[in-house]
Amino acid sequence: MHQVFDERNQFVAMDVSPQEQAKIRPAHTQVDRIRNFCIIAHIDHGKSTLADRMLGLTGVVEDRLMRAQYLDRMDIERERGITVKSQAVRMPWSVDGEAYALNMIDTPGHVDFTYEVSRSLAACEGAILLVDAAQGIEAQTLANLYLAMENDLTIIPVLNKIDLPAADPDKYAAEIGQLVGVDPSEVLRVSGKTGLGVEELLDHVVRTIPAPEGDPDAPCRAMIFDSVYDTYRGVVTYVRIKDGRLTPRERIQMMSTLASHELQEIGTISPEPNPSEGLGVGEVGYLITGVKDVRQSKVGDTVTTLHHGAEEPLAGYEEPKPMVFSGLFPIDGSDYPNLRDALEKLKLNDAALNYEPETSTALGFGFRVGFLGLLHLEIVRERLEREFNLDLISTAPSVIYDVRMEDGTEVRVLNPSDFPEGKVNEIREPVAVSTILVPSEFVGATMELCQSKRGQMQGMDYLSEDRVELRYSLPLAEIVFDFFDQLKSRTKGYASLDYDVRGDQASDLVKVDMLLQGDPVDAFSAIVHRDKAYHYGVEMAGKLKELIPRQQFEVPIQAAIGSRIIARENIRAIRKDVLSKCYGGDISRKRKLLEKQKEGKKRMKNIGNVEVPQEAFIAALSNDGSSTNSDGKRK
Amino acid sequence: MSTRPTPPSAAAGLSVYIHIPFCAVRCGYCDFNTYTATELGGGGSQREYPDNACREMDLVLADDRAAGYDYEAISTVFFGGGTPTLLPADDQARMLEHLTSLIPLADGAEVTTEANPDSVSRASIARLADAGVTRMSFGMQSAVPSVLRTLDRTHDPERVPQAVQWARDAGLQVSLDMIYGTPGERIEDVAATVDAITAMSPDHVSAYSLIVEGNTKMARQLRRGELETPDPDFMADAYELIADRLEADGFSWYEVSNFSRSHDTRCEHNIAYWRGADWWGIGPGAHRHRNGLRSWNVKHPSRYAAMLADASLPVQGSETVGREDREVERLMLELRLADGLAMDSLDLLGTDHAREQIDKHIRLGTLDAAAREAGVLRVTDEGRLLADGVVRDIVS
Repeated sequence: MHQVFDERNQFVAMDVSPQEQAKIRPAHTQVDRIRNFCIIAHIDHGKSTLADRMLGLTGVVEDRLMRAQYLDRMDIERERGITVKSQAVRMPWSVDGEAYALNMIDTPGHVDFTYEVSRSLAACEGAILLVDAAQGIEAQTLANLYLAMENDLTIIPVLNKIDLPAADPDKYAAEIGQLVGVDPSEVLRVSGKTGLGVEELLDHVVRTIPAPEGDPDAPCRAMIFDSVYDTYRGVVTYVRIKDGRLTPRERIQMMSTLASHELQEIGTISPEPNPSEGLGVGEVGYLITGVKDVRQSKVGDTVTTLHHGAEEPLAGYEEPKPMVFSGLFPIDGSDYPNLRDALEKLKLNDAALNYEPETSTALGFGFRVGFLGLLHLEIVRERLEREFNLDLISTAPSVIYDVRMEDGTEVRVLNPSDFPEGKVNEIREPVAVSTILVPSEFVGATMELCQSKRGQMQGMDYLSEDRVELRYSLPLAEIVFDFFDQLKSRTKGYASLDYDVRGDQASDLVKVDMLLQGDPVDAFSAIVHRDKAYHYGVEMAGKLKELIPRQQFEVPIQAAIGSRIIARENIRAIRKDVLSKCYGGDISRKRKLLEKQKEGKKRMKNIGNVEVPQEAFIAALSNDGSSTNSDGKRK
Repeated sequence: MSTRPTPPSAAAGLSVYIHIPFCAVRCGYCDFNTYTATELGGGGSQREYPDNACREMDLVLADDRAAGYDYEAISTVFFGGGTPTLLPADDQARMLEHLTSLIPLADGAEVTTEANPDSVSRASIARLADAGVTRMSFGMQSAVPSVLRTLDRTHDPERVPQAVQWARDAGLQVSLDMIYGTPGERIEDVAATVDAITAMSPDHVSAYSLIVEGNTKMARQLRRGELETPDPDFMADAYELIADRLEADGFSWYEVSNFSRSHDTRCEHNIAYWRGADWWGIGPGAHRHRNGLRSWNVKHPSRYAAMLADASLPVQGSETVGREDREVERLMLELRLADGLAMDSLDLLGTDHAREQIDKHIRLGTLDAAAREAGVLRVTDEGRLLADGVVRDIVS
C-alpha cells in the first residue's frame, strides 16, 4: 500500500516519511519528484472513470464524496460523456518510499479542440494512451496520439475495461503495441471501474515518465493550457511553469498582449483549489487575477512576471481560429436581446466563440457565429437552448471562402449571402486532412463516400487485420455539410473520423440562390461545387414547394446561379379558401379562428409578396445541411 | 342598472331557429348536436321535446322583454337539425303555433323546415304546409348511391323527386342540399348529382363541400386510412362545375354556397344570419344573437330539459361582441354575399392597410373593381372561393 487508510477506508496520510512529504510541498516541489501526464482517450473509453479511480487511490477525493466522473464539470459534458474544458489535478503518490506529485492534465476529447489538446500535451512529459479493450483505438485518439508522439511525450499504452465480457485485450494490445512501437506484452491492462491494475499504472507513470526540465533561476515562463470562467472568481487560468517561478501578489504579464495583472491567488488543484506560496519550475496549477473574460488569458499564451520578465515567449501560441460559421436566430424574434446576452456570457468562457449580428429576410435578427468545428457549434447551440432557455434555428454550417475577383480584389465570405457580385477569378476553400478508421469491410463504402465528397486519397494503412486507417484530403465544406452522418450510416456506425484544417485549394464553386417569385431567400443561399449545384437547387426547390403554403397567386420557386435559373418548381395558387358553411352557430367559432389566423399572419415572413410561415423555413433548414446530430457520442 | 344597448329598428324583425336534436341514424361526417336514441332520460326524450322547446320560447321572450327588446313580428323561422321531420308533423306544428302566439309572424314570413327524404310523406308535408311552413329544404346530399353510403345516408335517391313533388303539391318552396368532396367521389358523381338536382327544378340549392370535423366517425376513418382525404383542388373543381351547371340552368349565387332561381326564393333566414339580424336559437346547443350578445344552449337534451324544468334559460355560455369584432364579423359574413357590403358601413375598411389590401385583391381579380367604384365591397365570381383569404388580408 502506498497510502494509509483508516478502518472506514478513508485516506489518512501517505506512508512516507515527513522528510519525503516535504519534497512535494506545493511551490517547493523537487523537480525530479514531479510527473506531468495526460490521458489520451476516445470519449467513451473510460477516461473519466479511470481519472476518478486515480483520485480515489491517491486519496485526493474520499470515495464517499466522490461524485462520479469528478473531472467533468459541466452538465452537458456529463450527459454527453465528453470533456470540453480540461483541468489539472495534483495527486500525491509514493513509490519505494519516495513521494511524488503527479499532475494529471485532462484533455478535451474531440476533433474541434485540437489546439487546446496540443497545449495540454505541451504541458506534459508523458501521456497514457487509454483504449477500450472491446473497441480498439478511434480516429481522434489516433490523431491525438500522433500529436503526443510529435511532441516527444512518453506514451504509456493502456487497455481499459478489461473486466468487460466483450473485451479482446490480446487483439487490441497487438494493435496499439504496433502503433506505439512496443511489444504487446508491455501494454498495461486496467479496469477503471473495478480499480484493477490502476495502482500499477500510477507506479508506471512515476517510473517511465520523465521529470520536467526547466531553468529554476530563469525569468518565469508559464504556459497557459486552459482558462475557465468562474462566476465567483472570474477567470481561472491553468498553467504549467516551464522556467522560474510565480509567487502570490506579483504582477504578471501576458506575453501575447502585454497586458499585466495582479496575481490575486495561485495554487494547485486537489481537486478543489488550494492556494499555495506559488508555483515552482515544472509545477502545474492555477492562477486568478480577477479578469472577467477568458480572452484576457488565452490558451497557449505565456505568463511571465511584469518586472524582470522573460524576453521570449514559449513557442506554439496560436489565436483560436473559427472554421465553421452558422447563423443563429431566435425562433421567437423577441428573444433577440436574450440571445445577445447569452452569447456575451458564453463568450466569457469560450475564447474561440465569436459572432456578429446578422439580419435575414427569412429568419429575422440573429447572429453569424464562428465555431472551431461542428461539435463546438453543437455544444454552443445546446448550451444556449438549455442554459438560457432559447429556441433557436441555425442555418446550414458554412466555411470561409476566399473569393478573388477579376479586378484583383479579394473577399472573405463567411456567409453565402455576402458572396460578391461581379466576375470571379478564383474561389479558394479550406481543406482538411482527414483520418478515418474503419473495419476493413467498409473500406469500399468509405472510399466511395470520400470520392463523392471531392476527397483526394492520401494514404491507407492496416492497423490490424481488420482495421484500416484511411487518410484523405477533403474540402472542409463537405465535412461540415453531412459527411459525418453519411459516414456513420455507410459504416453502420463503426467508422471514426478526425480532421484537421490544413491550407486551402482553388475549387470550381458557385453560389446557388433560392428565389421565391424572383426574390432571393437569403437563408437558403449556398456555396456549392458546380457539379452539385443542380442537385442542391432541385432538392431545395422541392423542399420549399412542400413546405410553403399555397398563396393567392402562383409562386415560382427557382434555384439560380447568378441570373441563370438551374431549377424551378411552382407553388400553384390556392383555389379554395372559404368556409363552405357559415350559419348562426358557426359565427363565433369562425371569428375566433380568424383571430388565430391573424396572429399566425403576424408571424409570417414576407419574401416579396409571398407569405411564408417561419416554421417552413425552420423545417427546410432542420432536416438538411447541418450534420450536427444529437447523439453526441461520435464514433 | 347598466346601460342597455339600443334595440335595433323595429323594421329589423326577429328570426327564430328551432333545433330538433334527433336523427334516425348519425351520419359518419356529422358533428351536429343530434341524438339517435328516441328515449333520452330526464325529460330529454323526443316525445317531451316540443313542450320543452315551447317552455324555452316563453323564457326567451321574458328575457328579451326584461332587456328592453320587444319584437313586433317574426320574419323567418327555420327548423333545423338533426332531422326535424323525424318528429310528428303535429309536433312541429304545435311549436310553430306556440311561437306565433308569443310574437306574430310578419306578412310573407318565411318558415322553413329541413327534411330527410325518408322521413316525409304526402300527408306529413301537407300537415306542415297547413301549419304555416312555406319552404322545405331536403338533405339530398348526392344522387350517387356509393357516395350516399360513404356519408351513411340511408335514403334511396329515387325517393327525392317524389318528396319534392309532394312539397310542390303542398305549395311549398323547395330547396335541395348537396355535399361535394365526399371521400371517393369522382367529378362525374358531382355532375350526376347536380344534373339530378336541375332535373327536379328546385327553387333553391345549397352546395357544401364536405367538412370533416375532428371528432366524427369519418375523421377516424380518414386517420386510419380507410378513406382518402379529397384533394383541395378537387373541391374547387367540383364547386366550379356545380356553379356553372346551376347558373346555366337559371340559378344565380347569392352567397358562396347558396344558389337561388330568383330574388324571392333566397333563404331569408340565412340572410338574416349573414346580415347580423337578431335571432332566437331554440333547442339544445342552439345559438342565439341579440344585438351583439351571442349565447348558446347546453347541448344535451336531458340537461336542457332539466334546466327548463327549473325555469332557467338553458344557456351554456355567452359573449358580448365588441364594436370592432362586430365589424370583423360583418366583413366575414357579408363578403360571402353576392350583394357584398357598403364600404362606408365599416370603419375597418377605411384604413390605409385595408385600402392596400382591397387594391391588391382587385388586381388579383378576387374583388370586383366596378362594385368598389360604386362603394360596394364584393367578391367577383372567381373570387368567391377565396373570400376568407380576402377577409384575413383586410383584418390582419
